[in-house]
Amino acid sequence: MNEKILDSKNVSVSFRINGELQTALHKISVSIKRGEVLALVGESGSGKSTLAMSIMGLHNAEQTEVTGSITLDGHELIGLTERQFDQYRGVRVGMIFQDPLSSLNPLMKIGEQISEAIVVHDKNAPNLKGHVQRLLTDVGIINPKRVAQQYPHELSGGMRQRVMIAIALSNEPDLIIADEPTTALDATIQAQILDLIKEIQLKKNAGILLITHDLGVVAETADTVAVMYAGQIVEQADVEELFANPKHPYTRSLLRADPSNVSPGEELYAISGTVPALKDMDHSKDLFLQRIPWLSDDVVNATIDEELEVVGDNHFVRGNAWKTFEFLDVTEKGHAK
Amino acid sequence: MWQTILRRILIMIPQIILVSILIFMLAQLMPGDPFYGNLNPNSDPATIERLRHAAGLDLPWYQQYFKWIGNVLHGDLGTSYVVNKGWTVTRIIGQRIWPTLSMGIIATILTYFLAITQALVSARNENKWIDRTFIVWNTMTSAVPSFVFYFIMMVLFVYIIPVFPSSGTGIDDTQSFFVNFFSNLRYAFLPALTIALFSTNSIYQYLRSNLLDQQAQDYVRTARAKGVQIKDVFRKHILRNAFLPIASQIGYSITGVLGGAMFAETVFGYPGIGALFVQALSGRDYTVITAVMLLQGILALLGGLLSDIISAWVDPRIRVK
Repeated sequence: MNEKILDSKNVSVSFRINGELQTALHKISVSIKRGEVLALVGESGSGKSTLAMSIMGLHNAEQTEVTGSITLDGHELIGLTERQFDQYRGVRVGMIFQDPLSSLNPLMKIGEQISEAIVVHDKNAPNLKGHVQRLLTDVGIINPKRVAQQYPHELSGGMRQRVMIAIALSNEPDLIIADEPTTALDATIQAQILDLIKEIQLKKNAGILLITHDLGVVAETADTVAVMYAGQIVEQADVEELFANPKHPYTRSLLRADPSNVSPGEELYAISGTVPALKDMDHSKDLFLQRIPWLSDDVVNATIDEELEVVGDNHFVRGNAWKTFEFLDVTEKGHAK
Repeated sequence: MWQTILRRILIMIPQIILVSILIFMLAQLMPGDPFYGNLNPNSDPATIERLRHAAGLDLPWYQQYFKWIGNVLHGDLGTSYVVNKGWTVTRIIGQRIWPTLSMGIIATILTYFLAITQALVSARNENKWIDRTFIVWNTMTSAVPSFVFYFIMMVLFVYIIPVFPSSGTGIDDTQSFFVNFFSNLRYAFLPALTIALFSTNSIYQYLRSNLLDQQAQDYVRTARAKGVQIKDVFRKHILRNAFLPIASQIGYSITGVLGGAMFAETVFGYPGIGALFVQALSGRDYTVITAVMLLQGILALLGGLLSDIISAWVDPRIRVK
């Protein structure tokens, strides 16, 4: 059970923008065991989806440079050709996307879209119709025969996401990447889809990489959490540890900004500023400190250790700021220890 | 579906009435009349007046309109004053419609073929030299007036390299259908090819940007994530989605197929509906003008209907149950 299904070491991704390479991911190391759910959290622009696209090999090869190592069940993925990657995509790794309406082909029947995922890896797949219907039943669709004949626009949002999950599961992958699977859904449907993901984790014993910015989803689903900011991991820990004992100011701010932690009538807390643009990311610093107005410039601009510091059992934090300052609230309440 | 079509056809009736009034008024607004340039300048004004009275041209326009529309409803489009003096308009159009139809079909097929080929090559080679070449070519052909190219083609393939006849339709009423069909092809091909070569721009631009748009859609990423090869994603997913808006446009091309091509027919001396219209306009041949415009108006409305039917047929999202 301890077998690492996904192991990424020092993964960096740069995009060629106007002829210049700009780093979007800087030395990311994460691993997922079979049956484990790793949640990647962070704001938009922090690089969560970029990591997922690197694992899937879906970056535009001409405009992207991926370095480091990503192994899937011991096989190196970085440097594979398109054709070689096609042997992994959809078979060993399945992916669930954010918006199930735009992620399904509007002109193709549901059944065709699922069977395509099977046929592309096995031209002579036996009993295709039965397989598709079994998959639809597995993801909790009550009337699989009818749904297979329908078009995406005829289904509800929750049903569409179930179909997306059926596609991701169609070849029993070792790893499932769920990129904000519940963001486009309403609250009750969200809960159902999360239950389904957890059920899959138990039944299929696959590793799950869950990308989200919703801490509620993390608390409910994940085993391990990696918090990302500006293309780097700033803190990583088991889920209970992270919620009980957050260290990095960004993690603390995220938890503070979670609306479910606010009592009625109280003002919502928001982190001021935004994630810096790719060209402004200097990964030798703790980039989040720029967003804390009361920190002095020498603290903000201090160069920090490249490695994450081990602060506990399976708990890693980036930078030093958390050691010298108390971060109750990023706006004003912080002070030196 | 049938109910929707029926409803659309019913809505077309008031539209056609409105179109007919507009056409009639616009024709009447043109300066001059059929007798204007056709008589001896020394004719007695009283004679001209008598002719105008006999033709009913001295009546107020609405009286003329009701007389005309009444006859049209009985299938009588009137008699030509100028183009083929004395012939019924129905007979003239009947004679001209076949060459227009054959040329229109060839031109439309060639236009779509050329535009689609160029768009596919462009989209697969975005920003490479071949893509840029097609963009420049299409922009140029739509910026320069089409008749300039028609004259160039005419000079090239009729005079310098005489492979095509200079004018006529190749149709002889005494010959059988098949003889006419093949002899007409030789006459229709050059104007049709010329039209096609220089009118690919709108379809090309539209399809090219559709193809590029669709390549960036989420469902393409899903297909790639399934492990489908890029070329199969293009063939199975992108093409159909990109062609949707083009397919629905095809209905409108019926106006071009049957309505005639004014400039091309005139330049190539190919007597179809388009050339007829130009002749009728310059001779103020009211009956012919109104008949051709009415035909084109009805075709435009039918084209819209046809396009809607095609859209509903190819796009499940707008299919009416």
